[in-house]
Amino acid sequence: MLEVSALDCARGARSILQGISFQLAAGEVLAVLGTNGAGKSTLLASLTGELAPRSGSILLAGRALASWPAQERARRMAVLPQSSTLAFPFSVGEVVALGRLPHATGTRQDELIIGQAMAATDVTQLRQRSYLTLSGGERQRVHLARVLAQIWDAGEQGCLLLDEPTAALDLAHQQLILQQARNMARRSLAVVVVLHDLNLAARYADRLLLLHQGRAVALGSPWQVLSAERIAEVFGVAVRVEKHPLQDSPLIIV
Amino acid sequence: MVAAYRFKPLVVVLLLALLLLASLLSLALGPVAIPLDDTLRVLLQRMTAAELPADQVLIIEQIRMPRTLMGLLVGATLALTGAAMQGLFRNPLADPGLIGVSSGAALGAALVIVLGGTLLAQLPTAVLPYVTVLGAFLGGVATTWLVYRLGQSVQGTSVASMLLAGIAIAAISGAVIGLLSYLADDAMLRTLTFWNMGTLGGASYERVAVLALCCALVWWRLPRQASALNALLLGESEARHLGVDVERVKRELVLLTALGVGACVAVAGLIGFVGLVVPHLVRLLLGADHRRVLPASMLLGAGLLLLADVVARLVVSPAELPIGIITAVLGAPFFLALLLRAQRRGGV
Repeated sequence: MLEVSALDCARGARSILQGISFQLAAGEVLAVLGTNGAGKSTLLASLTGELAPRSGSILLAGRALASWPAQERARRMAVLPQSSTLAFPFSVGEVVALGRLPHATGTRQDELIIGQAMAATDVTQLRQRSYLTLSGGERQRVHLARVLAQIWDAGEQGCLLLDEPTAALDLAHQQLILQQARNMARRSLAVVVVLHDLNLAARYADRLLLLHQGRAVALGSPWQVLSAERIAEVFGVAVRVEKHPLQDSPLIIV
Repeated sequence: MVAAYRFKPLVVVLLLALLLLASLLSLALGPVAIPLDDTLRVLLQRMTAAELPADQVLIIEQIRMPRTLMGLLVGATLALTGAAMQGLFRNPLADPGLIGVSSGAALGAALVIVLGGTLLAQLPTAVLPYVTVLGAFLGGVATTWLVYRLGQSVQGTSVASMLLAGIAIAAISGAVIGLLSYLADDAMLRTLTFWNMGTLGGASYERVAVLALCCALVWWRLPRQASALNALLLGESEARHLGVDVERVKRELVLLTALGVGACVAVAGLIGFVGLVVPHLVRLLLGADHRRVLPASMLLGAGLLLLADVVARLVVSPAELPIGIITAVLGAPFFLALLLRAQRRGGV
């Protein structure tokens, strides 16, 4: 679904990412981890097409990312930002409906999808509320519904990118957002999520990509990537890695 | 609980009724008041072949009709471009007058009038109004770009930078227009002073024709960007992720806004606050969706500007006030209230 090979990125003259390569299959969740400044945001910016790579290639569904017409790409790839600065009194339903902008599927189909996406993120009862009256967690759920509506019917052709979606959220919302990302992967979407919390990543991602100083230091399953030595080396924090008592994933104890 | 913003046909009917009423009043009232039924008769005389006093026909057809048409075009266009600009800047406080676009347009037009006087002397007089509009348009484009660049930040656009840029541009424009007034002859001087005040008093069918041509383009193209504007409110990146060609949309919005504001300034001078107040009222009534805000702003803008013009004609009759004074008296306190509210919500 998404193929990144030998990706080099720079902002201005400063090189940020070197030699990043990975492939992401439909139905897979990949978490991108790393310290602040490791290049996570830059990687996401190049995956969304915001930032042109200096060299290397990014293929979306087998076709170079930059060669997709904007609207067709938007039907396959949606991005959930960290936070949004919407300052106008849209209703919640209207915000979610913006996700159908790149589509020409007709009002009835759009309404159906909007309803399903809103139900998925549990915002149906907020539909008529003004966006401006919502809490931070509610807003993020509304935006998640919007990006889900955008690629609801994309299936194996779809790719969902989430940029630190849980940064300012409470525990319940963190779980809800990532569970939704998981559910979308079950419906064959490819999901990339940038995360800070190693335990959330271990719990919800199939594979992890660990960035350090612009390079990929590890790519693999949570058990392969999250060793105590590597975490100490990359994050500079001594930890213990145990087995999660309720599921087969590593549990990092600081 | 916050009300649901459903499409409200009643609101649209009321806006249409307001516009109709305002147009009739604008035709009927003034230093010489003409009863409403006579006004209607004059309007219908071609069909009914009614015998009417010649002076009433003259006043309505030659003076008040072009003035009413001009008020309608200017009001609708200022409100429409104001709404578009607030969307473009992702800020409900943007207004062509406050952020300097009108001043820039006035400067462009003034330069054409005074400095072009010699260069343009060979041109046929029928073309001159178009050249003035072109000057206003170029001035408007330059300032809109400048303010947009200055005001941009990660958080959308900063009102502080926008307003400061507006002050600076208004100051430059005021200084240059002041300077030009020393070079200007009497006729030019009258035109220059009238820009700083704003008035529909200079209406003529020729001016209405020039204005209508420009407005037609703006009215036709701008509302087509309504969905893109909705997406832009989320942020530029988010709009791009939704498949909107953000650079093209921005370019088109800036050009159309500058053309609309430029044409209005060239024929009617600086009329402030219409572009700020009208979209705000519309959003209170209908919500923020530009597919409703843009057309409804045009209706309300036209209606309110015509009413303001009627007031401008009546308060010191038989003399008249510049309409810019009326809109400022009503609009400036509104703006201050919005600023206070924004500040209370945590920063402008």
